Amino acid sequence: MKKYNNPVGVSKFTGLLLISPFIIGSILFIIYPFVCSFVTGLTKYDGIHSPEFTGLKNYKNMLTNRHFIKAVGVTFKYTIIFVPLKLAVSLLTALLLSTNIKGIGFFRTIFYIPSILGSNLAIAIMWQYLFTRNGLANQALELIGLDGVSWYGDDRYALFIIILLRLWEFGSTMIIFLTALKEIPREYYEASKVDGCGSVRAFFSITLPLLKNTLFVNAVLQTISALQEFSAPYMITGGNPMKSTYTVGMLIYDEMFSYHNAGYANAVSWVLFMITAVVICIMFRLTGRIRKDIP
Amino acid sequence: MKKITIYIILVLIAVFMLYPLLWLVGASFKTNQEIYSSMWFMPMDFDFSVYFNAWKTNTGYSMGHYFINTFTIIIPKTLFSVISSVLTAYGFARFDFPLKKFFFTLLMVGMFMPAIVTVMPMYMFWHEIGFLDTYVPLTMPSLFACEGMFVFILIQFFKGIPKELDEASRLDGCGSLHTLVYVLLPCIKPAVISVAVFNFLWTMNDFINPLIFINSTEKYTLSLALRTSVDSTGQGYEECKIIAMSVIGLIPSVTVFALAQKKFIGITAGGLS
Repeated sequence: MKKYNNPVGVSKFTGLLLISPFIIGSILFIIYPFVCSFVTGLTKYDGIHSPEFTGLKNYKNMLTNRHFIKAVGVTFKYTIIFVPLKLAVSLLTALLLSTNIKGIGFFRTIFYIPSILGSNLAIAIMWQYLFTRNGLANQALELIGLDGVSWYGDDRYALFIIILLRLWEFGSTMIIFLTALKEIPREYYEASKVDGCGSVRAFFSITLPLLKNTLFVNAVLQTISALQEFSAPYMITGGNPMKSTYTVGMLIYDEMFSYHNAGYANAVSWVLFMITAVVICIMFRLTGRIRKDIP
Repeated sequence: MKKITIYIILVLIAVFMLYPLLWLVGASFKTNQEIYSSMWFMPMDFDFSVYFNAWKTNTGYSMGHYFINTFTIIIPKTLFSVISSVLTAYGFARFDFPLKKFFFTLLMVGMFMPAIVTVMPMYMFWHEIGFLDTYVPLTMPSLFACEGMFVFILIQFFKGIPKELDEASRLDGCGSLHTLVYVLLPCIKPAVISVAVFNFLWTMNDFINPLIFINSTEKYTLSLALRTSVDSTGQGYEECKIIAMSVIGLIPSVTVFALAQKKFIGITAGGLS
């Protein structure tokens, strides 16, 4: 008989009762979709006629389908470029803001604004205008003597627009770093100064090791959102040109709602989930620590 | 010297962050020709009639209609998710019960579960029970503490309150719910506010869910209405009108952020670290 560590007079069911909304929710909105997308993924289903069991055919098709392979490639390319960039920008800005100068609060607020508006459709529309042929971005390039670029027409640049939009929203990641930075005792830096350490050296031997956990959490959060990127390419580039911004998220949407391949769409969803899970597991392994944060 | 360098970098970043937004507001008063020829955000003159036109939209309903729709979703959703998240977080933070580790892991998994993955099965689910094209799929899930992030933030805050407070209230004869409402809730008020604010902003920004669950123009949210207007107008015509609509669409988020800014920037970070 396990002992439950509760106050006197509280039964082991009180906790269960309190989290009962979540228990129902987790069955409906976590376990059910997970199982359902796998099962539907085993069928040929158009959303109207009854599903027809086809076994692993959808999964096999994926392996040879060049659209799927291309979309996975684009998604990985995006994630690999975007996540380190975002972490670097957020951390560097947080470092600047953690120096003791006046007006920090003002800059912090300004840097934070885009991250709360970022996924609003209005921002996607704005971004679209900024990068049209005669848009602000090209006007700025011409100002410094460079030629304008066909952002939407050139498959070398289109993904860059999406990356830049998501980088523009670095504020919330920055705030998380900033909080962690504030928890590092000042004495550490003073001591290192006495020992003759430069600020670069201090960053690598004090700040970075102490920020390990925060860096990891941010990396995981950003990786997840990058792997499932859908709305920015959907609204800004439509996946074009030459499918260079066509992510797995867009592929799932199209298969479901444009081509009515619900079976295949669900199979891809499930694979995307597995890819995310595997990537996160690898990140845990590589960093060599499993967070023991269970309350 | 070092200070000046830092300021210069900070100002440069600030320009990069704010100028596009300023430009957007300015461009709503510009002609097409002016939009594409001048980088400066100030328009040559201000003609507010564009905002009257934008408010009317070309979808058959005014923006006011879409505002009401959006708030019909946001208000119950915020209420639901605050109540369910607080209860769940309280359970996790203060009580021990069977399968606790399992459910906590599930909470984390839910947090990491891509929206695009769950949205397909959920579409079929709501289709099956006949709730597509209603606001049920958009609001109901909030009753069940499904935003793992909110629960997580609240748990961290509950853990910050000394347990002696609970015990004292218990000695005074208060039950668990009583303790939560009258003793603990006042202590975590800032966290509750930030959960509500985040819920507001996320729902305001949400595009995937309304896109998938809502079909009829009459029930569109602001973001869907914007999308339709862009599609039906097309590039090259009346750019200022679309831009003005975008500006209007950003106003609620900016207002809420401005009101809650001081309270919630620090808090959310505290919950996550």
